[in-house]
Amino acid sequence: MDKKVKLMQGNEACVEGAIAAGMRFFAGYPITPSTEIAEISAQKLPRVGGKFIQMEDEIASMAAIIGASLTGLKSMTATSGPGFSLKQENIGYASIAEVPCVIVNVQRGGPSTGLPTSPAQGDVMQARWGTHGDHPIIALTPSSVRETFDLTIRSFNLSEKYRVPVILLLDEVIAHMREKIEIPNEDDIEIINREKPENDIGEYRPYETKGERLVPPMASYGEGYRFHVTGLIHDETGFPSNSPIVAEKLIKRLIDKIEVNKEDIISFEEYNLDDAEIAIVAFGSTARSAKSAIDMARDMGIKAGLFRPITIWPIADEEIDELSKKVKTIIVVEMNLGQYVYEVERIAGKNCNVIGFGRANGELITPDEILDKIKEV
Amino acid sequence: MVSGLIEKYFRYNRLPHIWCPGCGHGIILRSIVKAIDELGYNKDEICVVSGIGCSSRAPGYLDFNTLHTTHGRALAFATGIKMANPNLKVIVITGDGDCAAIGGNHLIHAARRNIDITTIVFNNNIYGMTGGQYSPTTPKGEKGTTAPYGNIDKNFDLCELAKAAGATYVGRATAYHAKLITELVKSGIQNKGFSFIETVSVCPTYYGRKNKKGDAVNMMKFLKDNAINIKAAKSSDAERLNGKFLIGEFYKSIEPEYTDEYNKIINIFQKER
Amino acid sequence: MSKKVEFRLSGAGGQGLILAGIILAEAALRDNKNAVQTQSYGPEARGGASKSEVIISDDDINYPKVRESDVLLALTQAACDKYMQNLKENGILIVDENVEVKDRDNIKIYRYPILRTASEIIGNKMVSNIVALGVIQGVTNIVSTDSLREAILERVPRGTEELNKKAFEEGFKLANN
Repeated sequence: MDKKVKLMQGNEACVEGAIAAGMRFFAGYPITPSTEIAEISAQKLPRVGGKFIQMEDEIASMAAIIGASLTGLKSMTATSGPGFSLKQENIGYASIAEVPCVIVNVQRGGPSTGLPTSPAQGDVMQARWGTHGDHPIIALTPSSVRETFDLTIRSFNLSEKYRVPVILLLDEVIAHMREKIEIPNEDDIEIINREKPENDIGEYRPYETKGERLVPPMASYGEGYRFHVTGLIHDETGFPSNSPIVAEKLIKRLIDKIEVNKEDIISFEEYNLDDAEIAIVAFGSTARSAKSAIDMARDMGIKAGLFRPITIWPIADEEIDELSKKVKTIIVVEMNLGQYVYEVERIAGKNCNVIGFGRANGELITPDEILDKIKEV
Repeated sequence: MVSGLIEKYFRYNRLPHIWCPGCGHGIILRSIVKAIDELGYNKDEICVVSGIGCSSRAPGYLDFNTLHTTHGRALAFATGIKMANPNLKVIVITGDGDCAAIGGNHLIHAARRNIDITTIVFNNNIYGMTGGQYSPTTPKGEKGTTAPYGNIDKNFDLCELAKAAGATYVGRATAYHAKLITELVKSGIQNKGFSFIETVSVCPTYYGRKNKKGDAVNMMKFLKDNAINIKAAKSSDAERLNGKFLIGEFYKSIEPEYTDEYNKIINIFQKER
Repeated sequence: MSKKVEFRLSGAGGQGLILAGIILAEAALRDNKNAVQTQSYGPEARGGASKSEVIISDDDINYPKVRESDVLLALTQAACDKYMQNLKENGILIVDENVEVKDRDNIKIYRYPILRTASEIIGNKMVSNIVALGVIQGVTNIVSTDSLREAILERVPRGTEELNKKAFEEGFKLANN
């Protein structure tokens, strides 16, 4: 067996990916089913000169990674449902202060303590709108162990490139299952680092953008720039302002820096869609069941295919719109009682029939159940 | 005339500050800056972190690396900063509500770790920014807008709390005792570990008015008349101490510091490499 | 055996069945096959009924969980009672000698002294899981025996290699006698 081919758990692949991406700081708090990410980070980070800290709570962990990122270290935290709720406060802070960081949320059954050891996909909307106010966010969702490795790296890259918190939405199935992974060579991994200012000290305006590029270069604490960072609405100098003009300009830029770069940010997989009459939209572990169901449907002569969002936020609206013009029906399968389906309906509803198929009992939806739904349609 | 300290350490174009006439916070802030000046640190190596509240606007006025965070979380952000870059001298400026209510958990755990952060509380016994609600340091029986019939909560002794939680340097001064603030902050920053300095401020606008404490001058006079330095208190009889509160350096010890301990772990593997 | 084989290894928490599942999956990777391993989490993984599931296939494995298994290993009565109904038609049931198998048509039953072999012949009941792997391999020949031997040595704690090697061979022998 090639040394690089391994049997690996999703949570472990996440840490391997993070370290490959350059993660050198992790702060976390124990919570099932994400705890392995903290445990493995604690083990591996000091070996590469990085730092791990177990904070007193989820809120503090989120705060600590923002602090660490401001000194220049690539930082990550990992949590699960209840902890994700607690982190929202400072996810908003990272959004407005534009501090790159990665938040892994291994989804489990909710609400509240819910089903701690069972899978769910009930945090789809929370990933988008969990913190208050209009804010930018990127969320990615893998459906295999290898993809967990890749998307953790991509989370860091997008976070650094756009100065935005990136949420990696795992679910308990992907996080805990072990499967084959071939770790790529270091040279084959693309790493993106935040853009640094080239200004003379004294001329640096920490939130000043140039031309088309809507992302300001970022200095680190201790480098000599001595800038101010706040969670208040601020102007290009970084200092607070009550001006509606300043507020409008800032919020619009924060949203636009994601919106105008959607093509770069959005990724997806299409499976058997060329001649499909029925398209399944599914992500994470559910997409695995959907693939099996589609294979079974094809064997029966039903023209079914899969559209799998890999970037879950921002939503692939143009692609879903195109899809809706080609197929008769879209079935959105998700381990919740209907979240992403409403977004798909908003985009596709005018062109085709959109129906949801979901469940929130802690069990992975099976291929047979999806096949039944396809047959029903 | 602008004093040399203000010229050197303040973001002059950010002034005037938002604090009310008679507020004690300005005196405290100047005393802190004086301590930094006397220690001779480079401005680039100082990082000042705050949470939310009147006190927490302080970093914005200072020409250091500054971070104005969310309510109560300053110490958690500061912990990330200090862990990630132990070369920075990290100072947290916080208020009584910020530090002892919403941020109480972060306070005790930062103290427990003995991480090298100097925390300075501007204690004005009230939530000023939101308009005068009672805080964890509002004395029992006193009034706030949310304690219209008198506060029934027992108040915290912040210094005792920090000491019990593991802080290795603890002291208290008041806005009246500005020189003492500078002394304590100097010692606190020099202490390799978690330092906690309570500075008793005055809020004539809310706390004073609600509780009929008179104007700012009267409130400052109260601090002058009722604070007794712990050194003097040792030779004073009980009668003289009755109703008074202590100021000065309360506690000092040498314990392993958190980032040093973590670096030892990193070093194990650096030797291996 | 068909191209895709699904295993459910069940017993009591602490019998090392999670590790056995991991080793089986790793052996399959050594044979250039695909494998997915999942397991029970939460309180049951710490003492109650425990299960570890492995799917081995020449193709990609999509749905990662085992519904009806081709092979069921049950080291305790409780595990056998609980999971036997989810064994496929013509499936293979491997049980410890202490387990009473209730009537069920169309399955192949193999009963061996797995736990006794570990405690009496090897002298350490901790290696019951590796004896069981030997039995599974002897019965199913699912992976190449050398791959499984290598996978075991890679995973077991340092210093216990000989013990585990012997455990595997004894289990293998049980099934081949």
